[in-house]
Amino acid sequence: MSVASETVDWLTDSANWSGDEGIPHRLLEHVYYTGLAVGIAALVAVPLGLWIGHTGRFRNVAILVTGSMRALPTLGVLSLVAIYSGIGLTAPLVALIVLAIPPLLAGAYSGIESVDPRTVDAARAMGMTEWQVLLRVEVPLALPLLVGGVRSAVLQVVATATVAAYISLGGLGRYLIDGLAIRDYPQMLGGSVLVIGLALVLDGVFASIQHLALGERSRVEAARRT
Amino acid sequence: MKLTKVSAVVAAIAIGFGLTACGGDPTKDDSAPSASDTLTIGAVGSGEAQIVAEIYKQALEAQGVKIKTKYGIETREAAVPALQDGSIDLLPDYSGNLLTFVDKAATATSPADVEAALPAALPKGLEVFKASPAEDKDSLNVTKAFSDKNGVTSIADLAKVKGFALGANPEFKERAYGIPGLEKVYGITGIKFVPISDFGGPKTLKALLDDDIQVADIYTTTPSITENNLVTLADPQNLIAAQNLIPLIRTAKATTAIEDTLNKISAALTTADLVDMNGKNNGADKVAPDVLAKEWLTAKNLL
Repeated sequence: MSVASETVDWLTDSANWSGDEGIPHRLLEHVYYTGLAVGIAALVAVPLGLWIGHTGRFRNVAILVTGSMRALPTLGVLSLVAIYSGIGLTAPLVALIVLAIPPLLAGAYSGIESVDPRTVDAARAMGMTEWQVLLRVEVPLALPLLVGGVRSAVLQVVATATVAAYISLGGLGRYLIDGLAIRDYPQMLGGSVLVIGLALVLDGVFASIQHLALGERSRVEAARRT
Repeated sequence: MKLTKVSAVVAAIAIGFGLTACGGDPTKDDSAPSASDTLTIGAVGSGEAQIVAEIYKQALEAQGVKIKTKYGIETREAAVPALQDGSIDLLPDYSGNLLTFVDKAATATSPADVEAALPAALPKGLEVFKASPAEDKDSLNVTKAFSDKNGVTSIADLAKVKGFALGANPEFKERAYGIPGLEKVYGITGIKFVPISDFGGPKTLKALLDDDIQVADIYTTTPSITENNLVTLADPQNLIAAQNLIPLIRTAKATTAIEDTLNKISAALTTADLVDMNGKNNGADKVAPDVLAKEWLTAKNLL
């Protein structure tokens, strides 16, 4: 039997679809790690990005820092943190947050920057406070790029969250790492197919949200024209 | 974006396969058999195997044998064919892994049984000399505190400890010497298995010291065992196959003089020596294998 047909067998074996080591549970774990990492990263990066975009301050610093963060090898960060934090969720979370921050931050500040300065000036002239300018004008107009940042972060994290399995956690990475350890290629390939499938589905979801956000932008712009 | 991501994942898989498939033979390029008066010593990987290879080399050179070296061979899968085609002549190997490599159905696990089974199992043209008591194999370790509290000094004692977590590389879950063996041979059930992919390295050690796991699979020659006063559990049933250092040599090059020299080395080398030399090799000083080999040979009066 070829590896391909064995992979199909692995994916369709009902024994692999139940229990704590089954595919549904591993998928949930994987989505949980991804959601947690992107969520925490967003709490840090989005407000910071909005502030940088609104005030124009520290833009170069942000580009420099996020550029360096992108260059950090995830497995290296994971190993380094794990030596101090031990096994558990901390090390993979830190590594994935480091991965998620640059696209989120870039999405936020470039989103705000993409707003026509004349629109912002007009909003100020109408007597809006800075908070109103940010929340009622800039953020709605920045939404497509903001969501684009989230979409990009989610994709990177979902594809990389497999490293969580490197130090004792679950997720779809278990299939890759356990499969490699015992040269079980159908299991590895099956796990890879699942990661790819999950990434595609999530990308589809965020593409739709981005589309909705574009609708929001045209609504705001239409309101401005009337 | 979608395409880039998909291709990235596909590339990652390809790399994964590439890594595991590279059992290719790095010594193939210059595989001309060495001149008849020269002995080529190989070593798989770096570190311990290279230290032992250096010990062989310096001791044989002291006897007037001309030596060439080929260190850093990636795997046994590459090294054994290299021995057969003569691109290397001598290799320090580990008895249990060598036996299961040449005989997939081998069941011997005790040091004496493994050594006795080797000569018949080896491919024609290869032979081994006497095995050393020095051994580098998987071992189950607990902290001193855990050992004292639960009265555990042997794997068999674990049967009376309920609900402990065991940390090891992922393959431990499936291999005969791993979880299946603990259940079958020692009747230990309900083990919480924690896969940590670092071959008993710093992350496994940290998990043990943090009490995230209570039992850790660590190679016997890892300095962290003695540095942290860990208790290595005895294995009365020989669940974990012996991995004694043993010289594997081409019969065509195996002279009595070489055999005598290597047998003396094997007899003198101990697991504690390996721990000590690995510690110096990996530690802050990064002492080179050739320096360590010379120190050891001098200390044992073998030069």
